[in-house]
Amino acid sequence: MTRNALHVRQLVAGYGDTTILDGLDLDVPPGRITAIVGANACGKSTLLRTMARLLSPKGGEVLLDGAAIHRLPARTLARTLGLLPQSPTAPEGITVADLVSRGRHPHHGLFARWTRKDDDAIAAAMEATRTAPLADRAVDELSGGQRQRVWIAMALAQETELLLLDEPTTFLDISHQVEVLDLLTDLNRQRGTTVVMVLHDLNLAARYADHLVAMAGGRVHATGHPDQVLTADMVRAVFDLDSRIMTDPTSGRPMMLPIGRHGMVG
Amino acid sequence: MSGLALSVADHRHRRTRQRRRLIAGLALLLAALFALTLMLGQSFVPLGDVIRVLAGQNVPGAAFTVGELRLPRALLSLLAGLSFGLGGAAFQTMLRNPLASPDIIGITSGASAAAVFAIVVLSLSGPAVSVLAVAVGLGVALLVYGLSFRNGVAGTRLILVGIGVSSMLDSVIAYVLSQAPSWTLQDAMRWMTGSVNGATLAEAGPLLLSLLVFGGTLLSRARDLEALRLGDDTAAALGVRVARTRVVVIVTAVGLIAVATAVTGPIAFVAFLSGPIAARIVGRNGSVLLPAALVGGVLVLAGDYAGQFLLPGRYPVGVVTGALGAPYLIYLIVRVNRIGGSL
Repeated sequence: MTRNALHVRQLVAGYGDTTILDGLDLDVPPGRITAIVGANACGKSTLLRTMARLLSPKGGEVLLDGAAIHRLPARTLARTLGLLPQSPTAPEGITVADLVSRGRHPHHGLFARWTRKDDDAIAAAMEATRTAPLADRAVDELSGGQRQRVWIAMALAQETELLLLDEPTTFLDISHQVEVLDLLTDLNRQRGTTVVMVLHDLNLAARYADHLVAMAGGRVHATGHPDQVLTADMVRAVFDLDSRIMTDPTSGRPMMLPIGRHGMVG
Repeated sequence: MSGLALSVADHRHRRTRQRRRLIAGLALLLAALFALTLMLGQSFVPLGDVIRVLAGQNVPGAAFTVGELRLPRALLSLLAGLSFGLGGAAFQTMLRNPLASPDIIGITSGASAAAVFAIVVLSLSGPAVSVLAVAVGLGVALLVYGLSFRNGVAGTRLILVGIGVSSMLDSVIAYVLSQAPSWTLQDAMRWMTGSVNGATLAEAGPLLLSLLVFGGTLLSRARDLEALRLGDDTAAALGVRVARTRVVVIVTAVGLIAVATAVTGPIAFVAFLSGPIAARIVGRNGSVLLPAALVGGVLVLAGDYAGQFLLPGRYPVGVVTGALGAPYLIYLIVRVNRIGGSL
């Protein structure tokens, strides 16, 4: 029942002397897609980084099935919880097949040998992301969209039941943004992977997420189904922006149109 | 097993086999060079006689040449080369920059300055010199890291600070040498560019121990170090303990470099060259540590042999490797300028 439930309790976190998150609580629903939205510098990335243990909390804790993740062995945690950082960089000259295979790192001990299970995981990851035809290419000569699929393939090869992504669609054009989000949805529907991602685009977040988290000033402003969370009041409070909310005719999800100072047309 | 999984497995097998072949080739080349430097010199000693000398038999006409002159020299070259190659590649991999090699960022100079200070001023010898060299090498690493720290450490800043610290330490070496008037040019050359002249078998002990302890620990971390190449965040997400790995790598690599420097002096550019040459040979898809160690051994053995017998006049090994390394350093800097980006 509580399999891979991620809970954040009274979290205090930040960099150096600066506190960014101050007493934040959040429950991530297992097996669903959660999107975190908010204005720049509201603490979205800090929250994601603390949930992935890249940052130690100054107070409070992040619990995975009741255990504080900052006290779990690093390798054990990495078999359950994966993370794709914001715009990762590939080492010079590394090939796609090699980068994807690095996702198997937490499954290997000091002298572990490669097994069929590793090959299967890599093949499945490349299949799902359609990166198999690129296997022998160098990662640094791929286009932005291809490269992001390769990084996602690496995270998939890690075979974690939870996957956190920090702005996985940044620097991609709209068709590649949709492609990446479709891919993550497939992953969620087919493997039951819990997906948590920071997204910039409110409309894409509302469209793809089962669960929307709106953050402001280092706290959770609103959380729940996009229908309840994406309201004109929320957009005004979180982004300081006037907007109209309409219904997306394709998905039936809410859709935000910003008004701005020059919003009126004749 | 799907067709794709089979081809993934096939791809991996092919690559592993190729990598093993290349590493075995390097090891063979190293062994052949080692044997050749024992056989060749002012006089030729057949392999059979060399083996009998190594086995402890008294072979007239060869026992002294091989056992007393050539063997210590070849052994020291081999062990120092392995240490420099391994330590250098570890730093370059960890800092993701070929210029971040210990002989460029001041660690080798620090160890050399400590060794020459211990010998000239403190009149120390043997293991005490090595211990002091390791301690000062670690101190320099800490100093360079501390001086280049500003909201995290950027590679370029660390390299520039290291170059500054390095030239400061080089002048310390020159100063201490000038205070030792009874020294010969040979001794001075050792602490400025590195040399295996006057090698003795006893000196191989600390080098061997350092390779076993520091080198062994470092190689056991090769996979974590490889993961660090993907960036700190990705490595951490893959279950690597980034801070701990970094400390282990710094301590072991500095240990390797400093112990070798305390014995042979800072053999110029071997640490800097070995990693990139090894990467060119075996590719960059796996860890470069072991091949870099082998390349280091090849460079020092071949460099010393060339300095003794192939060039007009006799030069210490550091002069030969220095002449090889300098053009590569210039190439790297020119390339950086052309790309126009950071180092």
